[in-house]
Amino acid sequence: MVSVLKAAQAGTLESNDIMIIVEPGANGIALDLESIVKKQFGAAISRTIVEAVMGRGITDINIKAIDKGALDYTIQARLATALSRAGAAPTGKVC
Amino acid sequence: MINAIGRDIPEYIDGFGPVRPFRGAFAAVPDPAAYAPPLKATKPGHRKLVSTLEDLFKHLRIESGMTLSFHHHLRNGDAVPNLVLDTAAKLGLRDLSISLTGVFAVHAPLIEHIKNGVVTSLRSSGLYGPLAAAVSGGLLAKPVLLHSHGGRPRALKSGELKVDIAFIAAPAADSSGNISGLVGPAACGSLGYAFSDADRAKAVVAVTDNLVDYPLIPASITQNKVDYVVRVDSIGDPKGIVSGTTRITKDPVGLNIAETAARVIEASGLLKDGFSFQTGAGGASLATAHYVSRMMEKNKIAGSFALGGVTGYLVDMLEKGLFKALYDVQSFDLESVQSLGRNQNHIEVSADLYANPFNAGSLVNNLDVVILGATEIDTDFNVNVITGSDGVIMGASGGHPDTAAGAKMTVIVTNLLRSRQSIVVDRVITATTPGETVDVLVTEYGLAVNPARPDLKERFADAGLNVRDIHELKRLARNMAGRPAKIEPGGRIVALVEYRDGTIIDVVRAESR
Repeated sequence: MVSVLKAAQAGTLESNDIMIIVEPGANGIALDLESIVKKQFGAAISRTIVEAVMGRGITDINIKAIDKGALDYTIQARLATALSRAGAAPTGKVC
Repeated sequence: MINAIGRDIPEYIDGFGPVRPFRGAFAAVPDPAAYAPPLKATKPGHRKLVSTLEDLFKHLRIESGMTLSFHHHLRNGDAVPNLVLDTAAKLGLRDLSISLTGVFAVHAPLIEHIKNGVVTSLRSSGLYGPLAAAVSGGLLAKPVLLHSHGGRPRALKSGELKVDIAFIAAPAADSSGNISGLVGPAACGSLGYAFSDADRAKAVVAVTDNLVDYPLIPASITQNKVDYVVRVDSIGDPKGIVSGTTRITKDPVGLNIAETAARVIEASGLLKDGFSFQTGAGGASLATAHYVSRMMEKNKIAGSFALGGVTGYLVDMLEKGLFKALYDVQSFDLESVQSLGRNQNHIEVSADLYANPFNAGSLVNNLDVVILGATEIDTDFNVNVITGSDGVIMGASGGHPDTAAGAKMTVIVTNLLRSRQSIVVDRVITATTPGETVDVLVTEYGLAVNPARPDLKERFADAGLNVRDIHELKRLARNMAGRPAKIEPGGRIVALVEYRDGTIIDVVRAESR
């Protein structure tokens, strides 16, 4: 089991941003997503987050994401910051 | 049947009747038969003043099944429809039809009146707030009719909309029924949308919280049109009626779009002496007015008029002498209300004079340029301002189709992406304004010109503006945002989008279950 060390967050609730909160988990990658464009982009946002987490070798984590219409690179940047604040092992590349 | 912009519209819609499809912006001709309400005689000594709404309902014999009308100049502070409909509900009335020119969050109590069968039919230029979502979810059995500001006076004059009782929110009134919007605790400036109601309703009621000594001067709706005056404690909350100073956007993207829009106007060749202009009150639209104002000052251009929903920004331009006249159908802020009261060249106009397509010539026909927004625009330049891209109602037709049809050049200003959603799409989910009346789209990634206007495209290219194909802008947005899941509400029809000429340009459907 690979997880993060502590709870952390990154991002804001401004338009076009996303707030991501991560905390240690024990039951796989659990994502709770709220998005103002969930109908249109919910699946795409989930995929971006889950793939990035898996790419770091993390297997167990709880993630809460509140999306205000962020583009993919914003989601990736906010997630990378949240994970590094939470003490996840660095990957050497921006996820 | 398929209408002129390729929308599949039923020939008959339950709760509405036979449908006349949209055939083109200037294709429809009026039915020559006009409607006028019955004449009435009033003897000297007749008293119009009534002390409560309940008494008024008894005097006027307001009954179930009637059509009541209201105007929205008090915007999100408006108390009048709620007061009137609460009274109707208390007296056990049912099956009322309501024509309210704009619906805001403050009108949420309408939801209960609809659920309880007090109100069963609704017309408006658009819906904001809880009622918008409720209507989209299928609150009413009869589809809501969404009209433009110019389409409504047309319907009142033709008799398509027959009003039994018009309720006019009166920031000031006298006991004989003279009405003004200029003064009083709920001062709102222009009463332009209510003028046609005062002319065509069978009975007209002034609802006021500010009864003044006779005669009220100046009056914008006069006593010969008003049957009753009823006093209430408050017609509205000033905080929801007028904003303070309207400000231009500080968002750098919005400013960039506005500056480009102003350069588009300059390059169009229309910015010269006699220039006329309308802009919305939204951030980027207002910022465009700012840049246009600077260009007019720099080049010493003497404009002819500005028009529309008026803000302090247009008042400043009038006072600087950039325009000869300011025509005001709705005053958005305190500066506009005050200016309307003191400046002879700031003129209150009816919705009929503003935008009705079926009269001897409305002001929109004299517009050189209008700057408008969009929730979506498609590659045929059709614009949506009524629903979000999820098909849920969240806006208003307003004067959008009217000014687009009238102006020599219609410019849509919008971010290319808003909350990850491309504003440029293959096909707008709800069409409000037909592409044949839209000339230019300005975004932060460049502008696109309707292929019907090669003259403009050439001028913009010569001026060094970043002219792109609208399909290219669409692809650019898709590359940044990704492809959205397709949303196509397939439930029953919850609203009809009426074009200004009375034809149906599109329908709004509930989500499919």
